[in-house]
Amino acid sequence: MKNTTMIYDSAKRKHPAIEELFALYQYRDLIYQLVRRDIVARYKRSILGVAWTMLNPLGTMLIMVIVFSQVFSATENYAGYVLTGVIVWTMFSQSTNMSLSSMVWGSQLFHQIYLPRTSFVLSTILASMVNFILSLVPLGFIFIVTRIPLRPSMLLLPIYLIFLFSFSLGVALLISTIAVFFPDVADLYPVLLTAWMYLSPIIMPLDFYRKILNGLLLYINPMYYLVNLFRILALDGFIPHIQTWAATALVSFGVLIIGWFVFCSKADTFAYHV
Amino acid sequence: MSNTISIEPQIDSAIFLDNVSIRYQLPNEVIRTFKEYMIKRVQGHIRHNTFWALKQINLDIKQGEIFGIVGRNGAGKSTLLKVISKVLIPAEGRVWVKGYISPLLQVGAGFHTELTGKENIYLNGTLLGHSQNEIEEKLDEIIAFAEVGEFIEAPLRTYSSGMYARLGFAVASAWQPDILIIDEVLSVGDLAFQEKCYERIASFRNSGATVLIVSLSIDQIRSLCQHTLWLDHGEVRMMGKTESVCDAYQDSFEKKK
Repeated sequence: MKNTTMIYDSAKRKHPAIEELFALYQYRDLIYQLVRRDIVARYKRSILGVAWTMLNPLGTMLIMVIVFSQVFSATENYAGYVLTGVIVWTMFSQSTNMSLSSMVWGSQLFHQIYLPRTSFVLSTILASMVNFILSLVPLGFIFIVTRIPLRPSMLLLPIYLIFLFSFSLGVALLISTIAVFFPDVADLYPVLLTAWMYLSPIIMPLDFYRKILNGLLLYINPMYYLVNLFRILALDGFIPHIQTWAATALVSFGVLIIGWFVFCSKADTFAYHV
Repeated sequence: MSNTISIEPQIDSAIFLDNVSIRYQLPNEVIRTFKEYMIKRVQGHIRHNTFWALKQINLDIKQGEIFGIVGRNGAGKSTLLKVISKVLIPAEGRVWVKGYISPLLQVGAGFHTELTGKENIYLNGTLLGHSQNEIEEKLDEIIAFAEVGEFIEAPLRTYSSGMYARLGFAVASAWQPDILIIDEVLSVGDLAFQEKCYERIASFRNSGATVLIVSLSIDQIRSLCQHTLWLDHGEVRMMGKTESVCDAYQDSFEKKK
């Protein structure tokens, strides 16, 4: 039995974006369970189990290094460049893409019971963050093998994680909102992602993008700020300029706030759409 | 239920609805894709028809009452239940509900087949809004009620459909609700297990829960409910003493013949 009697009164609701925060706090154990499910269930039937969360990116990274080092052999320290780019991009693209399918899975529940509407997107992004942190271990391993020095500036990476999390969550909330009303967005989004990847300095060297429109292409691309900060901390090894921090913070928190408000203000109507 | 509907929920109210309407905007053609939408938008072909699933419903159900809802298919019975359980938020009117409502969850919805029975109890319990501690307290009771034995540590994909359903019901009914919704005839597991389910529902009722019964069977409503609401095309056709409402409802069928 509950000690306090809950009262639900539709006339006394706060702004949906604020209300959602309270609801999430109340359902915090659900978020934990969903994150746990995402991580445990994925590798449960394999012999190596959760070790795959590290072996998987390790394999991908090795292929990247071998293939692209042949293509862009002229660029200095290219292996490190492509590794840092790909690891950030993979986290972002996979997590946002998966949050779309988690909304599809969740929509059957939204028609039956009340849940904080952001639960599924939030837990998907959180699970991907756990995978991202775990994949930093094989990244460090490859750094050692390929003789890229490990830098003290890496200790600042936890701050960076907040930015990457906020940005991914913001984008995921935005596209999930659209996908509720137009399911074909789920098919369209991967195509968009591919285009976005080639417009971002992930695989091709930075100099290539600097030449386009005097670098404007880089500066209007939010992904640039996120990849750039990660590379400075993990690869270049110096403390970033305050402007670099500010720009990344602005981009990631800005996207999160917009995504949160758009999603929450539409969330009441989700159950009306089949 | 009282005959005069008040504008504020009373001290003994359990469910209170003031002028609640649920409106669906249905496009005159079904548009399922973004591409289609953009094309139609440019052509200026998008028009909406308004469909009222519920129209200006006023309700005041008292605590401890057993309340019936009758009506044909599509009359708005399920929509009303969804409004009460916060699934559909009405754009107009006010909903006020006091206490924990038994979930409308389809038995087993939200289960994950790769996780063990125990892990699924936690997952499903938190989906229903309970905390880990609350689930821990009830864990042994749920496992015992579901009668799954040693399978509780095995992944759900190894379960028979009966075990699956029993576990679902055991979790969903583990907590004594303040408001119990009986939406369908129970068809979980074998006869012995159904008997257990009915016992549990009866015990909830006896300990003072408000009960909402939605049923196609008039006899069931007549034998259990004190007051009944007759919904017709989303509107209140009649509300009051079960006997008179049910008589009128059945008469409407006679006339059709």
